[in-house]
This record gives sequence, structure tokens and C-alpha cells, in this order.
Amino acid sequence: MNAQEHAVVHVHRDDVGARMGMWLFLFTELLLFGGLFFLYSVYRFVNQEQFHIAAKELNTLIGTFNTIILLTSSLTMALSIAAIQRNNKSLSVFFQALTILLAFGFLINKYFEWSIKFHHGVFPGSEILLNKPKGEILFFGLYYVMTGLHGLHVIIGVVLIAIMTRLTIKGVINKDSYVKLESAGLYWHLVDIIWIFLFPLFYLIT
Amino acid sequence: MEKHDSTAEHKEHGYGIYILVWLGLLALTGVTVAVAGINFGGITVATALLVASVKSFLVLKIFMHLGAEQKTFKIFVLVALSFIIISFVLLFSDYSFI
Repeated sequence: MNAQEHAVVHVHRDDVGARMGMWLFLFTELLLFGGLFFLYSVYRFVNQEQFHIAAKELNTLIGTFNTIILLTSSLTMALSIAAIQRNNKSLSVFFQALTILLAFGFLINKYFEWSIKFHHGVFPGSEILLNKPKGEILFFGLYYVMTGLHGLHVIIGVVLIAIMTRLTIKGVINKDSYVKLESAGLYWHLVDIIWIFLFPLFYLIT
Repeated sequence: MEKHDSTAEHKEHGYGIYILVWLGLLALTGVTVAVAGINFGGITVATALLVASVKSFLVLKIFMHLGAEQKTFKIFVLVALSFIIISFVLLFSDYSFI
């Protein structure tokens, strides 16, 4: 749509407002995860020894690998916006597809990580877990809830980005109008920030 | 039309800065993992949280374009983060004395 068309048909658009709305939504996400981080900090404070022992069972290598994957996916998301700003549609689509691919990589790692834990009988409500000391039960409870909720956010992010990719291909998202892609990006980066805190708190307790 | 150009005008980061930030984030991840291997006791947790905060700051400022955003956005984020920190302080003013 060029400027002339706008002059005839007035299309109401408020990109700043749209981004503000997204940020406000992200604050509610902060409350959701913030509450869980409160729980984590108090339980860890009360059960320091047992949290240390339990955390040793997590695979630091998979955790580090997933951190790198998620950070890289944040990069490709940011690059896809930079590309559309420069009117480079195919490059933007490429970066969005790459972001989705990396997200799947993250989820596949998570799947294997959880599968191994389940295989060892460490899952919520399992006999082996319930026979452990209280602090370790709490650690694994929080581990499954927090990384699980985070994983759910990754899945939602993938769906959102996939929709944006479609809209970019159709030309709805373009050089002059890309606030939708920006908002999906904001969501994705928040998911990244949450992982930035989850990673050291669960995988790196020595 | 008036407001509508705001996206176009307000930020156009180059590809380079994003790659630079990404490299920084990877380096900081390396620092966290390395520091976790050494046992500093209580300082280890503090270091991990400090590094995570620096990483989040980079993501917020560059990837999420907060640096180029209007002042209102920055104030909103600061208020939200302040409340999280206040809640943590109040929480531990209680729990530290158990």
C-alpha cells in the first residue's frame, strides 16, 4: 500500500500502541514465571544441600547446548526483523524458518532429556522420586513445572512465528508494516530471557 | 498517517550489532558455565544471577529494541522489574530468619 492509497482510505494504525500492548502482556508473563522463581528461591534456601545433590543428576551439557540453541534462535529472530526493514522478504522468511528449526532442536533435546529422566524413574509422582528426601522431590517438581511451562512457551512461540512466516510470504507483513513480526519477536525474546535464568538455577548448581 | 510511520523511523539496527550481541551472549554463557565449575560457595549463585542479568539486559536493549523505544516503555519495564526485586527483598526479609 502506498501513501496515496492511505490518503483515500484512512487505515487506523498505531504501531507504538501495538508494541505497548505486547509489552504489557509480557509483564503478566513475568508475574507467572516470577511466582515460580519465588517458590524456587525459598525452597532452595530451605533445602540447600538437597538441591545441590538433586541438581547433579541434570545433564549440564544438554543444558548448555540448549542455551546456545535458544540464544541463536533469538539472533535469527532479530535478524528476520532487520531483513524485513530492508525490504528483503526472502531473507526475512529464511531467518524466521531458521528460528523455528532451532526451536524444534531445543524441543527435541528437551524430549531426550526428559525421556532419560523418565527412564530412570525420576518423574512427578514416581516411586523412586517419592522415596528421595523432601528437598530433592521439591527440586524435581520445580524442574518439571518450570522447564515444562517454558517448553510450552517455546511451542506457542513456534506456532506464532509460523503464522508470521505465512503472513510475510503473503506480503501482509512487509517493509512498511511489520509490527506483528516485532510482537512475535518480543515474545520469543522473553522466552529466551526466562531460559537465561532457568539454565544456571537448575543445571549449574555445584 | 501521523502515528503510523513510527515503526519505520524509530530503529534500524544493522545486522552487525545483532551478531555482536549474540557473540557476547555466548561468551557470557561460557563464563557462567566456567564459574559454576569452581566452587565459590554463595558467590557462585550471585555470579550466575549477575551474568544472567547482564545477558537479559543485552537481549532487552538490543534484540527487543528497548534502547530505541520511547521513554514510556523503559519506565514501564523499570517499574515491573522494581516490583519483582521488591517482592524478592520482602520475601527474604522473612525467610532469612528461619
